[in-house]
Parts: sequence; structure tokens; C-alpha cells
Amino acid sequence: MANKDIEARKQELLNQGYTEVYTKTKVLTDAVMHYCPGCGHGTTHRLIAEVIDEMGIQDKTVGVSPVGCSVLAYNYFDVDFQEAAHGRAPAVATAVKRLNPDCYVFTYQGDGDLAAIGTAETIHAANRGENITMIFVNNGIYGMTGGQMAPTTLVGMRSATTPYGRRVDLNGYPLRMTELLATLPGTYYVTRQSVQNPGAVRKAKAAIRKAFENQKLGKGLSFVEILSNCNSGWKMTPVAANKWMEDNMMPNYPVGDIKVDGKIAEGITAERLVLDHPLTVMQ
Amino acid sequence: MTEEIIIAGFGGQGVLSMGKILAYSGVMQNKEVSWMPSYGPEMRGGTANVSVIISDERISSPIINQFDTAIILNQQSLDKFEASVKPGGLLIYDPNGITHEPTRKDINIYKIAATAKAQELGISKVFNMVVLGGFLKLKPIVDKQYIHEGLEHSLPQRHWNLIPQNEEAIEIGKGLIEAVQTI
Amino acid sequence: MARELKLMKGNEAIAQAMIASGTDGYFGYPITPQSEVMETLMAEKPWETTGMVVLQAESEVSSINMVYGGAATGKKVATSSSSPGISLMQEGLTYLAGAEIPCVIVNVMRGGPGLGTIQPSQSDYFQSVKGGGHGDYQLYTLAPASVQEMYDFVFDAWDIAFKYRNPVLILSDGAIGQCMEKLYTRDYIPRWTEEERRQHAPWGTFGKPASRGHNIITSLELESARQEVFNLKLQAKYAEMKEKEVRFETINCEDADYIFVAYGSSSRIAMKAMQMAREKGIKVGLFRLITLFPFPTKQLAEVAKRVKGILCVEMSAGQMIEDVRLATECNVKTEHFGRFGGIIPTPTEVLEALENKIIK
Repeated sequence: MANKDIEARKQELLNQGYTEVYTKTKVLTDAVMHYCPGCGHGTTHRLIAEVIDEMGIQDKTVGVSPVGCSVLAYNYFDVDFQEAAHGRAPAVATAVKRLNPDCYVFTYQGDGDLAAIGTAETIHAANRGENITMIFVNNGIYGMTGGQMAPTTLVGMRSATTPYGRRVDLNGYPLRMTELLATLPGTYYVTRQSVQNPGAVRKAKAAIRKAFENQKLGKGLSFVEILSNCNSGWKMTPVAANKWMEDNMMPNYPVGDIKVDGKIAEGITAERLVLDHPLTVMQ
Repeated sequence: MTEEIIIAGFGGQGVLSMGKILAYSGVMQNKEVSWMPSYGPEMRGGTANVSVIISDERISSPIINQFDTAIILNQQSLDKFEASVKPGGLLIYDPNGITHEPTRKDINIYKIAATAKAQELGISKVFNMVVLGGFLKLKPIVDKQYIHEGLEHSLPQRHWNLIPQNEEAIEIGKGLIEAVQTI
Repeated sequence: MARELKLMKGNEAIAQAMIASGTDGYFGYPITPQSEVMETLMAEKPWETTGMVVLQAESEVSSINMVYGGAATGKKVATSSSSPGISLMQEGLTYLAGAEIPCVIVNVMRGGPGLGTIQPSQSDYFQSVKGGGHGDYQLYTLAPASVQEMYDFVFDAWDIAFKYRNPVLILSDGAIGQCMEKLYTRDYIPRWTEEERRQHAPWGTFGKPASRGHNIITSLELESARQEVFNLKLQAKYAEMKEKEVRFETINCEDADYIFVAYGSSSRIAMKAMQMAREKGIKVGLFRLITLFPFPTKQLAEVAKRVKGILCVEMSAGQMIEDVRLATECNVKTEHFGRFGGIIPTPTEVLEALENKIIK
């Protein structure tokens, strides 16, 4: 339903005595999302759009989409948007912000884009302390190209290019970009969240809000990792995928703030930053 | 008038800046000029050279292989550029460190003991201007007043207090140059 | 900044022209022989005067993508590099062309392949005009042959870039970049105001006012039928450039028996060789390419009809000669002479090549 029709229908229902509990935010367009049902992208998009709406910055926001599942993010956000080459969104966003300091600039990237081909751009944008917001959706796999190993794929996790499970001796370790970035003085807020249940969604939204609010302070980069399932790539039902994510992704990628207001968050120890990667068994 | 010059020596001898001051002086006198350096690792301690062209007409190629004048400040450069002087042209060299003298018979050869003189007077920093003075004595292609303007444009303003010293060095060079062979 | 007479290097001229032409941003990475571009910008601190942003990126890959991001907001954004760095930028260039983003890229060529040499070369002709990246695209390519042109072409590049919404490449080489010559600077053109930006780049992504839909900058189109239509639109744009934006210079071509065809520093060497030939009584002219794309096909064919032979002079193994032969449809004897790997041919060599390969 188009936004204007939603508005009319809402009025009609309110007049009939209904109470509003849920409305589509106007910062999302009417385009039908192509994401797989149950994937975390849809929810994450909505959270970002709600934050933009609530902050009243729709007219000042520029988004940068990656190559990967969310390559078409520009069709869903009703804000000005650029589609970057694979991995280059942090460089693209750097220039958007430097040349348009009044704009709110965010990148939206997956783990292949941000943590493999775009590692250099990510680290250097963070190290320069660019005043941008980076949203990093981690599902441990290359979704769009058909479920190949990503830098974040767990040890033992099967993918199209690790059909017998990821082996450390062959493929190295899963890369924790978020922990790595937290150690750089250029980052101001670094957190890992997830969107698999209402409680997690509320926390994720608060984190995204903070990451956007921080752009007003000019104190450095805000980085929000969102753990998501990839039920298609993992070959599971959405519900099973969320359960698998909690059981397997979260021990490798613990959820919570890592750096807040430019300081390592309470309870984040050196041991926590360099956790072992337990062997994951994928049925 | 077109004067095609190569200045060559060690990096650090002020080869490039000598060329730049000469070129800027030419600009001030409303001549056409070009300044084409060697560049790269050789800038950092190895040999350095620069081709300077000063002309009354539009300059075609700034990259040339034959010169009216070669100003030579070390043995490697003498070995490399002696053959590139046009017949009837001019070769000026500083004898400091020269073990094999130039042998051409069809060119004019002058020497200028600028290194020794600059050391003696404690003006090693403007050694290159002593050499330039020797050249200008033989080929006064730019006038004194424009050399002054060339120095102003080549040096940052905070170094303008050094201009008189540079100009004195040029005068010293004019008196220092001596003929080895004239044809 | 008013009109002034200066002596400066080609690389410095590029930097000064960027400031003077109201460029909004420069992103670069050091590489010989063009590092003076960014060094000059950093020394000039234009962010304190014109408000221009200058940033050293972590790689050429990053700097070209910074150009993408900044230029896609409708601002004048530029970069410069030398051959190996330009190779790294090819991905970015095809995205810029595919997203129709106006911008200026300067290549101060050095010899290759690979790490090659830091000395001047002209072996990136194919990369520049045949599309170094993937897909059917063209960069409007200007070849300056003097320090003055290094400066002036930056101004011209902005006009073309925004007129056609297309990246413009200034293809120079280490000789012109490092050479100092006289230069007349121009009056400073102020950077665009917010209003001017919106007027010149209504497509820019700088925040969506309520009055319009969202602007999207992308080179992605998954519908093949629509992608074909878009490709045809690009081709029509390139055809219009061929029609309207060809630039070249002819010297002594009217009575010439032979001509040199050359661009950039080779054209300067060829000019000297032409003078030497005329002193010997050989009637030689020079056809200097100023735009490499669009190539002056018709104009060269016209001149070629009247001559007995053409010598292409390029510091390469012979790249431009292919377009010369296409232009003349091989109706006149055409040979290549070049040195490469960083060796600059001498005027004497060029004249000898004319005598040996063409006149004989």
C-alpha cells in the first residue's frame, strides 16, 4: 500500500475507534523488499528508517549501499542514496560527509563487503575517525552469490565453498571486525546487536539511534554490527536459523556494547576481545 | 635567441635550484622558458640534472639531447654530457673531483673553481650561484635586475634576506671563471 | 587570486588550477611522478581559503571511491595519480561512468607494465580511450602538452564533465608533470553555492527535500531491457561528444608532404623534429591530438588525404597508431615511432625515423 493510502486507511480505522499499534514509517518507500522472509535485513532497514524519521533528518540523510544482498537498499529507503562498488562504501561515505558536513551519512554493508574486500576502507575510515554511521549486517556467509564462505563464517560452518566446514588451517579464523575497530582511537561507539526477537530489536534500535545521534558530536565513527540469520544460505527455516544463530553465532560474536562514548565499555576485558572460536557443528 | 642548457652534478649541489633561478629570471625578462629535471631516486643523493631553455620564441620540446651549454659539477656528469654539447658550444666545469679533463676540441671549455672558492669564503650554501655567475659572465642572457627578481620568485619570502649573499656569489663567480680552451 | 605570470611544474599547475577552478574536493594517494599535486594542495591549505576539502586516502582504490562519493553529491571532486595507481582506479572509473558522475581524474603517466619505471611514458593510451575498466564506457580524455594546458584543461574538464555528466581524464605524463614552464594563472572561480550546486546537479545525493523523490546514484540495473536502453543513452552521449567536443591542433599541415601525429610531450618533441626537418627542406607538419576521446577522426582523415606519409610519435610500443590508421582507413603510409620504458625519444631520433620509415 502506498504511503498516502496508508495514511487515509489509518484515519479511517482511527475514526472507527481502533488504536494505533503499528505503522509503516514514511522513510521506507513502497517498494516490495526482495529479502528472503525471515532475514534480518528487513527489520534492520525498518529500524534505520524509524530512527531517521524520529530524528527528523530525512532531508539531510545520505545512505551508501554495498554490493551484496542489500545492494538494492536504495530502493527501500526514501532518502538520497548511493550504491558503492564492492567494499568501498566507507571511502564513498567519507567523501559524502567531508563535502557535506551537515548531512547524516550512513553505510549499510554485509560481512563480505565490509570485512573481506572492503577491510582496508573500513579500517581507514574508522582510523580517521570519520563522523559517519556504519551499519554492518553479519550473517556469516555470502548470501547474494549463493552461500559461499565469508570472513565471518564460523570454524566448522558449512558453506558453498567450505562444503565440509571451515577449517582454520585452510581458511584462517572468523574475523571479528567489530572488536578490531573498537581498539582504534577513531571509533566513538562500537556495538554488536541482533534482531531475532522483540527484545533484541528494541536494543538494536536504541544502538542505531545512538549511532546516528553521535554524528552531531563530531567525535568519530559509530559502528553497529547486527547479527542476522541467513536462513536461505544456512538452509534452515527462519525459526531454526534464529535458534542456530543464538546457539552458534553468539558465542563467537557476543552481543552488546564494546565501546561507548569513545571508551571501552564496562566489562569488556582483553580476554573478551580475543575470545577463542569454538568449533561449530552444522547439521 | 635560444639558449639550451644542461646543468648536472650531485644531488644537493643546488643543480635544480640554479636552473630554477635562471629560468625564473628569464620569465621576469619576458622570455620563454622551460625547466626539465631528472627526477626520482637520483634526486636523493645521486646525480641530478636539469635542462633549462631560455628563448625569445615558443619552445618546442623541453626535452632535448643537444645543448648550447653544459654546466658540469661532477665527473659522472662530465662523462655523460660532454658529447651532448653542440659543436661550437660551451662547456663549463668545476675542477673539484674531476680526474679526467674534457677532451672535445670543437667546443669552448671553461672551468670555475667554485667549490674551492665557496669553501674558502665560507659560502658553501650559495656555491651554485658562484657557478651561475661564471655562466652569466660568458653568456649574459638575462640582465642583473631580472636575476634579482628571479631570486625573489624562487626563494620563499622568509629567505629574501639571503638574496644579497646570492647576488654577491654571482659576482664572485663572474671573476672566477677562466678559459681552458677557446675556438 | 588574479591573473599572474608564474613559473611552475605541470603537477603544481594541476593543483593550482583545481583551487582556482572552484574544485570542492581532492582525494589522492602519493605516487611518483605526480606527488606534487597533493603536496601543493596540502601546502596551499585551500580549506582555509576556498573551503576545498583535500584528503590523503589509504589507496588509489579508496581515493577514486571518495571521488565517487563526493562527486555524487553534485560537487566538483577530483583525483590524480600515475599509471599503476590509475590501474587500481579502473573499477572506480567504470562505476563513475556507469553512474554518470562528473569528475576529473589526472593521470601523469609513467612506464610499465607492472611497477615499471617512474620515468615518463605514454603507454596508457589503450587503457584511457578503449576503456580500462569493464563495460561500454568512455572517458572524455584531454592530453595537455604544456604546463599552461595542464592548468587550463582543469577548467575545461569541469565544463565538459558537468555538461555531459561524465568523468573527464586529463592524460599527461612525467615529462609535462615535472617540467616547469611559464604559466598565466586565471581569476579564481568561486566554488558553487548551495543554490548553484542544486542547479548544476539536480540529480545529486545531498539530502532529499520534501519537494522531490529520493535521488539515487547507482550503476546497477538488473532488468536487461532497461540496461540496454541505458547503454544506448551512454552511446548517444559519446556520439554527441564526437560531434561537438573534438579538439586538435595543426601546425604547418597546409603544405606538408609528411605529418607527425602525436599528443602530450611527444607532440613537443615532434614539433622540434618538424622544425629540424624544415631546416633540411623536408616539408613536415604536426597534427597534435588534444582530445584522445573523442578522436579527431574526420579532421585527421582530411589532412591525411594531402600527405605522402604519417609518422605516429608516442612513448609506447604503438597504441595511438591504431586510431590513426582507422581514421585514414590505411590510405596513406603510416608508421609508429616510439621509445618506451621511460625513455624519451630525442627530436633527432624522431626525424631519423621519419626519414627511414616513411620517406626512405
